[in-house]
Amino acid sequence: MMAGNVVVVGGGVAGMEVAGQLARSGCMVTLIEKESFTGGHVREWHHLFPDRRNSREVTDYLDRQIDHDNITLMAGTTIARMEYGKKVFTVDTDNGTSLSADAVVVATGFDLFRSERKEEYGYGIYDNVITSADLEAMFRNGAIKRTDGTTPEKIGIVHCVGSRDEKAGNIYCSKLCCITAVKQAMELKEHISDAKVYCFYMDMRMGGALYEETYRESQEKYGINFIRGKVSEVGETIDHKLIVKVEDTLVGRPLRMELDMIVLMAGMEMSKGGVKMAQIFGLKTGENRFFAAADHHYGSNASNVEALFLAGSCTAPMNITETISHARAAAAEVINYLRKAER
Amino acid sequence: MEKFGFKLSKPRVIDFDRNDKSVAEFIHANEPSFRLCIECGGCSATCTAGNFIPFSLRELHILLKRGETEKVKDNIEKCMLCGKCSLVCPRGVNTRNIIELAKRAFKIPELHAV
Ligand SMILES: Cc1cc2nc3c(=O)[nH]c(=O)nc-3n(C[C@H](O)[C@H](O)[C@H](O)COP(=O)(O)OP(=O)(O)OC[C@H]3O[C@@H](n4cnc5c(N)ncnc54)[C@H](O)[C@@H]3O)c2cc1C
Ligand code: SF4
Ligand code: SF4
Ligand code: SF4
Repeated sequence: MMAGNVVVVGGGVAGMEVAGQLARSGCMVTLIEKESFTGGHVREWHHLFPDRRNSREVTDYLDRQIDHDNITLMAGTTIARMEYGKKVFTVDTDNGTSLSADAVVVATGFDLFRSERKEEYGYGIYDNVITSADLEAMFRNGAIKRTDGTTPEKIGIVHCVGSRDEKAGNIYCSKLCCITAVKQAMELKEHISDAKVYCFYMDMRMGGALYEETYRESQEKYGINFIRGKVSEVGETIDHKLIVKVEDTLVGRPLRMELDMIVLMAGMEMSKGGVKMAQIFGLKTGENRFFAAADHHYGSNASNVEALFLAGSCTAPMNITETISHARAAAAEVINYLRKAER
Repeated sequence: MEKFGFKLSKPRVIDFDRNDKSVAEFIHANEPSFRLCIECGGCSATCTAGNFIPFSLRELHILLKRGETEKVKDNIEKCMLCGKCSLVCPRGVNTRNIIELAKRAFKIPELHAV
């Protein structure tokens, strides 16, 4: 039986799936997660696109994946140092443990774009400007309220916050915030049935399984309104209503609208934890600052470092389905590598 | 001779909150496929009338939704109801019925249509 010691860094969807797959193939896995809990971002979400299931179902699946004798979970720590020689990594955690590994998988995920950086949208300045992540938290708590306790009746959703925006330093598309916007718009209508919801978008990027269908459903069954135009600025009236400045590009004229609440579709960025791993392991990053895979077509899990593989959204924005597929492919790459390198 | 050019010019901005969207609401209620329009312009490109005179059904759709009904009211009569637009629409919008409904809505005084 093939064996080997593998260290997996990052205990989100990607890291948990890689660990589970490797353990079932006979590898001894140490899963290192900097937080005290596993699951990564998905723990913060409520119901998931495309099928609107409870995120708990996915995290329960992942918990079962890592419930295996070959997996040692080290939570609340990260890697502080690394040496590589004779095809073996010696990895020191920041709580003083030293591990030896034949291969390493980096699955350090993404960080949410900090929306205060887009100052003109007023996040952290105006009360009722929130992010997609904040709205997920509200859904989990079961109540959608403005800070004064009232229920918002007119809600705007701003797409591409911190993505596709040179001024924010990110020219790439985060790929899943359009579908998140549509999903959240429908959920808002389910919570507040007479609410009016407006999505302000530059392009509707509906390129995933069931995305376009969901978009259509949001129009047909929920009456969500779509306005094509990049919101340039958000202001506030004396009575704490929010005003958006936008051009309705399909009419070709500026549009003015007052809103009770604005939800910013914050983009995905390379995580700070990933940047740290890039320094420690000497990993290459791309123009978008995510890890650069060795080949776009057939090497999306390989890195520029021998015996070091990449999994999940630390390489590019990905949804859960893509993350799990990418993680499984990473596990297969590790197994192939260990087999070839069989000592 | 006019010395001072003071006159009230209507601002270009679409005043969404004040605009009267009752015609669009009337159409929504009677032809739900109105919601499905994605403003692709397929209808306008194929339009029999639009090939000869300035007339765009896509534009009329969006103006109705924004409550900018004035322009629509004058323009909608240009449609010849040939129905070609509904043949090309990728979203299955019942375009012809929308035109009929809009015309009807403009005749209902309670809708406060312009
Ligand atoms: C607002 C929003 C809503 C979303 N909703 C959906 C949805 O409904 N459906 C869907 O399919 N997808 C959704 N996604 C995408 C989904 O969140 C991602 O696909 C998924 O989180 C990617 O998993 P990951 O493991 O690659 O990264 P992450 O979830 O970011 O996990 C990375 C893990 O690594 C840990 N880590 C980072 N650095 C280190 C380090 N140096 N050392 C140790 N540990 C480290 C982190 O603490 C984290 O636990 C959404 C994304 C956003 C932004
Ligand atoms: S997925 Fe949509 S909202 Fe997100 S960056 Fe791309 S275009 Fe913008
Ligand atoms: S029905 Fe009217 S809008 Fe449609 S193609 Fe014919 S003329 Fe144009
Ligand atoms: S073809 Fe259909 S979807 Fe496209 S603009 Fe016309 S009505 Fe809308």
